[in-house]
Amino acid sequence: MSDFNNASWLGYARANGTKGIRNRVLVIYTVKCAEFVAREIVGRSGSPDVELIGFDGCTDNQYAVRQIISLIRHPNVGAVLAVGLGCEYMQPEWLAKIAAEEGKPAEWFFIQDKGGTKPSVQHGLEWTQSALAALKDTPRVTMTFADLIIGGECGGSDYTSGLAGNVVVGRFFDRLIEQGGAAIFEEIVEAIGLDAHLLSRAANDKVRGQLRYTYDKALDYCKHARQYSISPGNFAGGLSTIEEKSMGAVIKSGTKPIQGVLKVSEKPSSPGLWLLDSTPDPYYMDFGITNPSDNEGLMDLTSCGAHLVFLVTGRGNVVGNAVAPCIKITGNADTYARMAGDMDFNAGTILDGSCSIEESALDLARLVAETASGAPSKSEALGHHEFHIIYKYQEKEVPPCEKG
Amino acid sequence: MQRAFVIAGEDNVATALEELHPGDVQLLGDAASSTAEAAGDVPKGHKLALRDIARGEKIIKYGVVIGQATADIPAGSWVHLHNIQSVYDERSSHLDILTGAPKDTKYE
Repeated sequence: MSDFNNASWLGYARANGTKGIRNRVLVIYTVKCAEFVAREIVGRSGSPDVELIGFDGCTDNQYAVRQIISLIRHPNVGAVLAVGLGCEYMQPEWLAKIAAEEGKPAEWFFIQDKGGTKPSVQHGLEWTQSALAALKDTPRVTMTFADLIIGGECGGSDYTSGLAGNVVVGRFFDRLIEQGGAAIFEEIVEAIGLDAHLLSRAANDKVRGQLRYTYDKALDYCKHARQYSISPGNFAGGLSTIEEKSMGAVIKSGTKPIQGVLKVSEKPSSPGLWLLDSTPDPYYMDFGITNPSDNEGLMDLTSCGAHLVFLVTGRGNVVGNAVAPCIKITGNADTYARMAGDMDFNAGTILDGSCSIEESALDLARLVAETASGAPSKSEALGHHEFHIIYKYQEKEVPPCEKG
Repeated sequence: MQRAFVIAGEDNVATALEELHPGDVQLLGDAASSTAEAAGDVPKGHKLALRDIARGEKIIKYGVVIGQATADIPAGSWVHLHNIQSVYDERSSHLDILTGAPKDTKYE
């Protein structure tokens, strides 16, 4: 595929050796009480490269801490400001220290120490302006598809998701992996009924064990909650069962062997195809929800190092992402026409016969290269900056598993 | 002609690419036959039975099992919550057939 072979663009070289496709200042609040001040700093900065994330709870849930640290280390992030109130468990000083160790300009403060809202916003704004100025000097570096990690999930699925949107993403992922890149696909709770199919794609026995464990955990979770990952809109859109939705969702993973299962915030250790497990671990299974929103799913993929994320949506969605540009793909030509301002890519062309799957995947590759080189995605241009970091209990990695 | 899409050769259902009415249907995709006949209406995006499916038989789409028949389904029929169910998900068989809205949660 010549378009894949020839594509290159300039990224941002990080001191830790990684390459980013954006150069962002991340402003982090460490408890909901500090959100307003952090949000004011972001809003008043007047820069689309200043992004807000944060954790609402006062307690330092290990899963959430790990996720915030993974976003601090993310290659699209160049500088970090951590804003605390002054009495919460999560420590902004330690977050800033991690950023500094990565070679990123970093600052932190407590609103209580600064003397309240006005001086805190003032201080934060001054630091943010200096960080933006410093980031102008970030060294540039050539990137190709081999440098990319791309995450994919679906939301608002309908009958076109499994016929077109996810089919094109699956083909694109196959080609990306052939070029040496990495792809991460989400939603093991949307693989119910497909354990035999997933296990047959394991790269080796160890991965087969990981997939067995992860699948069984997700099925247990759904049984306990008496809730499967399928919603009224999916049924109205023509899907009749979770198994039907599942196969439509798993198709976005393409056909390559699965190299392993990642927990939220865990990075792929090699290129190739990876499955992200966002299901809570067994002991606390009833605590927290698997996929509370697409915002959260996109954040999970980003925390695994995805430079850029795909959201495949038959019925339409509008969300973006604070750290990784989001490309929204629909296989439904009506949705594409109705929400033209929000949809980045129409995969519905493969259903009306005007385009083959391969041609559509190539078109998507061109859009990815343009976006990676700095062109804003639709959600970026509209000013979407969603994030969603929740309480959840998960171990850092999949435990050693018996052969599946 | 009205159209439906068959994903894998072994599938016993096709997906309606537009609202289907009784009559001939052109089959796109990996279909063994190029036409089928709709016996009744099928909403856009919903499934059409490509052959007679007996109660208890598996429903095949994408070449995998996506559920099982809870009634005998004649060829050409609409296939949805009223005549198939998930092997796993018991709740979904109680949803409204057209809107998918839940009927087992009380709003009172």
